[in-house]
Amino acid sequence: MVEFFDIFIGSTDVFIEGLWLTLRLSVVSLLIAIVIGLFIAMLKISNIKILEWIADGYIWIVRGTPLIVQIFILYYGLAEVWLIPSFWAAGIGLAFHSGAYIAEIIRGSIQSIAKGQREAARSLGMNRSLTMRRIILPQAFRRAVPALGNQFIIGIKDSSLASFIGLQELFGVSNTMGSNSFNYLPYFFTVAVYYLVIVLILTIGVNMLEKKLAVSD
Amino acid sequence: MTESKEMVRVEKLNKSFGDLHVLYDIDLEVKESDVVVLIGASGSGKSTLLRCLNFLEIKDDGKIIIEGEQVEADTHDLNKVRQNVGMVFQHFNLFPHKTVLGNVIEAPMQVKGISKKEAVKEGKRLLDKVGLGDKYNVYPSRLSGGQKQRVAIARALAMQPDIMLFDEPTSALDPELVGEVLETMKELGNEGMTMVVVTHEMGFAREVGDWVIYMDEGKIIEVGPPDQIFDHPKEERTKAFLDSVF
Ligand SMILES: Nc1ncnc2c1ncn2[C@@H]1O[C@H](COP(=O)(O)OP(=O)(O)O)[C@@H](O)[C@H]1O
Ligand SMILES: [Mg+2]
Repeated sequence: MVEFFDIFIGSTDVFIEGLWLTLRLSVVSLLIAIVIGLFIAMLKISNIKILEWIADGYIWIVRGTPLIVQIFILYYGLAEVWLIPSFWAAGIGLAFHSGAYIAEIIRGSIQSIAKGQREAARSLGMNRSLTMRRIILPQAFRRAVPALGNQFIIGIKDSSLASFIGLQELFGVSNTMGSNSFNYLPYFFTVAVYYLVIVLILTIGVNMLEKKLAVSD
Repeated sequence: MTESKEMVRVEKLNKSFGDLHVLYDIDLEVKESDVVVLIGASGSGKSTLLRCLNFLEIKDDGKIIIEGEQVEADTHDLNKVRQNVGMVFQHFNLFPHKTVLGNVIEAPMQVKGISKKEAVKEGKRLLDKVGLGDKYNVYPSRLSGGQKQRVAIARALAMQPDIMLFDEPTSALDPELVGEVLETMKELGNEGMTMVVVTHEMGFAREVGDWVIYMDEGKIIEVGPPDQIFDHPKEERTKAFLDSVF
């Protein structure tokens, strides 16, 4: 126990660096994932068969293969044609992955908005895109906040896989320190604490956002 | 008497949902400032007819002429047409994420590009008019059904439509709240708004309606001024329906 605390405190500077990389990686990938998710959700509700198939195909591939395989394919596969920095291989891999899940979350919440909302907007002369942007999406996002928060948490934990292509993010740091000292366990406990704190903060943030968005309920 | 302007004209309108033929050869004429009341049993096609008039449903065939112009879904900008044809729904369909005033100014600003200042001024005027001058910044969830429906009326009026459609605007309300909404509609009718109203409120039909149309099974069975329809219906089916209501 004492050993764990010594290691926890003694290693803060390296872990903070890892934390910083984890946060950058997570934020970048989640931002891209939201764009992808929104785009794929729009394809899915487009009522145009070919676009729906493209969206379904994308979701099928992402859900049907392990994330680590996707990251390796991006990193090693794309490196043949175009050298892709490991940060972006991991970032894009994570984004493509979360994007598929976010697409399903957004599609579900869009479809949960009563049909009367669309009709009211259209009856006022709003076109399809205005109706989507001003009326449907704001309500759908509100409804999606808890599920999106959940997906963000998964995304942050999944970013640990980036260590397998050499990124010294949180998990990578703990792994390196563990192997250097031939004493893995305290470092893994340490990194677990870091993840727990991030997830705790994110959970509180999501709850606060939910409360704030509930003013209209 | 001068011939008043024709606002809506429908000729031989037919509409099916898949195999279900819902409207048969509907003919309809609405003159400026007319209040036309559609009555009939549930499922007779009243809502579908109303929704064809603002193209929330697209007819199969027949003609729909709005203010002198025959409108076709594939050649006309329906968003433009709908700006002129307001609609009030049974379940209000207010935007829950916007305040009362936000609901009212949304379309004028986003669709017509009116400045916020102008839209707010007009929105407040309309809300005052429907008796909700103290609710500008309240969210719809805080309102009673009657208040919600009056906001919905103000929201539709904010687009300055020439024609207003009402689809059972009081059917979802507690009985004690029906009156305030009917009163608002009556005022609107008295001011000369052209209105097509689906309702089961026969008192309103008689008092405010210029014409009453009885529909059954997708067909118009009888059209006439209220006293004729209510006191001397010509058709057996109209009689039977009115007997069942009163
Ligand atoms: N979107 C739809 N799809 C299929 N059937 C519909 C749809 N809308 C209405 N109908 C059917 O059309 C008929 C007329 O409905 P409606 O116009 O709502 O009647 P009313 O308003 O007089 O009660 C009913 O049988 C109803 O079930
Ligand atoms: Mg109806």
